[in-house]
Amino acid sequence: MNAIQFNAVGKDFGAFTALKEVSFAVEQGDFFALLGPNGAGKTTLISILAGLTRATRGTTKVMGLDVQADYRAARRAVGIVPQELVFDPFFNVREALVFQSGYFGIKHNDGWIDEILHNLGLTDKAHTNMRALSGGMKRRVMVAQALVHKPPVIVLDEPTAGVDVELRQTLWSFVKSLNEKGHTIVLTTHYLEEAETLCNRIAMLKRGELIALEDKNTMMQRGAARSVILKLKPAQLPVSLQPLLIAQHDNRFELKLADIKELDAILAALRAEQITLKDLEITQPDLEEIFVQMMHA
Amino acid sequence: MTGFYTLFRKEVLRFWRVAFQTVAAPVLTALMYLLIFAHVLDAHVQPYPGVQYTAFLIPGLMMMSMLQNAFANTSSSLIQSKITGNIVYILLPPLSHLEFFGAYTLAGAARGFVVGAGVLLATLVFSIPPFKYPLWIIVFGLLGCSLMAILGLIAGIWAEKFDQLAAFQNFLIMPLTFLSGVFYSIHSLPPFWQSVSHFNPVFYMIDGFRYGFFGISDVNPWHSLAVVGFTLAILTLISLSLIKSGYKIRR
Ligand SMILES: Nc1ncnc2c1ncn2[C@@H]1O[C@H](COP(=O)(O)OP(=O)(O)O)[C@@H](O)[C@H]1O
Ligand SMILES: [Mg+2]
Repeated sequence: MNAIQFNAVGKDFGAFTALKEVSFAVEQGDFFALLGPNGAGKTTLISILAGLTRATRGTTKVMGLDVQADYRAARRAVGIVPQELVFDPFFNVREALVFQSGYFGIKHNDGWIDEILHNLGLTDKAHTNMRALSGGMKRRVMVAQALVHKPPVIVLDEPTAGVDVELRQTLWSFVKSLNEKGHTIVLTTHYLEEAETLCNRIAMLKRGELIALEDKNTMMQRGAARSVILKLKPAQLPVSLQPLLIAQHDNRFELKLADIKELDAILAALRAEQITLKDLEITQPDLEEIFVQMMHA
Repeated sequence: MTGFYTLFRKEVLRFWRVAFQTVAAPVLTALMYLLIFAHVLDAHVQPYPGVQYTAFLIPGLMMMSMLQNAFANTSSSLIQSKITGNIVYILLPPLSHLEFFGAYTLAGAARGFVVGAGVLLATLVFSIPPFKYPLWIIVFGLLGCSLMAILGLIAGIWAEKFDQLAAFQNFLIMPLTFLSGVFYSIHSLPPFWQSVSHFNPVFYMIDGFRYGFFGISDVNPWHSLAVVGFTLAILTLISLSLIKSGYKIRR
């Protein structure tokens, strides 16, 4: 059973199609990144999963439970941290968490609430009114609210947008520990290095369509974004290699390297013209470059 | 059950925390009406034989405050949650549409009852109405407050901005409650306005409620009960189907 299953999910807002026909699965135990530029449809997809929005087409399941037909069980299986900073100004942090537990039918949850508060660095804010918290602290409470019912699937919609470094670290180490304990994590983020270091699988959305879904390692291998830097003596490039040239600084030439196997041919071309190779460096593409390339493809 | 009870408790705490605005203020307003109208009219008007105007006015004012506050509680809570976005915390958990409906409605009715009790206590110094049929008082209080809480629920779901809600309140709720025989027996009205009043469900709530105090009313309390019960049933069905469909809430 998959943690999340989208089957040909589509959403129209009037005449505007926010999601076309999105199908993919998040496996149990995944640390999954959902990437895409603003307006790609990430939040809409998450809202459908959460039951906040109804899909126009298709079906969505969480832990095998249909989010519409079996909405009560489905909602127990998932914890959502919404993108917008929202809070109830009438209550303090602990009250917010006790109420949230109650909505999920959990009466005595103090032990787990204390644990969440501790792990998110909120213990000494427990009796502070939500209104009096800074933005970063409110964001932590939102994460806590998503966890009161110990959901097997946790979805964070841009949890670190506009948030200080300290929170990012606290948050990620906590979320990582939850993932290690078996919770499936889905996150959307604009900080691609976060997705790169944390996630094992990555999906990309563009204008309401899924354009890629791969293991992170496979995606990182996408050659087009990789290059090789050659330090040459004399500082000249064989004509046959000119089409590959990306940049040149003095005797350093950066060449496109679509496939690692092409390295042989490049070295052969150098040898043929008796150009000495002084140094060689293969750059790993970062997700940012892959992302930009794929979005412009 | 825990989910329903938690939401109910949260909604009650929400107004209780700011009881100065949500309870004390409407009690004071009712007291002002009583002071002014009773002072001006007590010597001149006797709405029912043997019933002084001040005594007559108290149940009407009490019920009017109850109804307005039951409406205000659900409608303002919902629109605030919608506008600030924190309604997601109610929408994400596995609450059924019945739990949602029941918790908001009962909390609204609870505010109505607290305000009603306040008005009654504050006005006891002026006149003690006879409490002839307490059961009728409770039945009409409960049905009336629930009905208005449900109307507030519908208004809160429908309105997208505070001024839309204010329009609903000023152009529907206020006229309905003021022109319902709170301040007069409709028998003292010209025939045309008497028949208009008969199309106002709030008139029956007030009239039935007042019957419980004096044992006298403009129409038979069973008739009033039927009208109020029927209106309540219709509004319940409308609001349940709105909540179930996710109208303006789950887009
Ligand atoms: N309630 C709505 N009504 C109309 N259009 C919407 C609504 N919600 C989202 N959209 C549109 O759908 C598209 C996808 O939005 P969203 O899912 O928020 O994107 P993302 O989270 O990837 O930035 C955007 O073009 C947005 O303007
Ligand atoms: Mg978004």
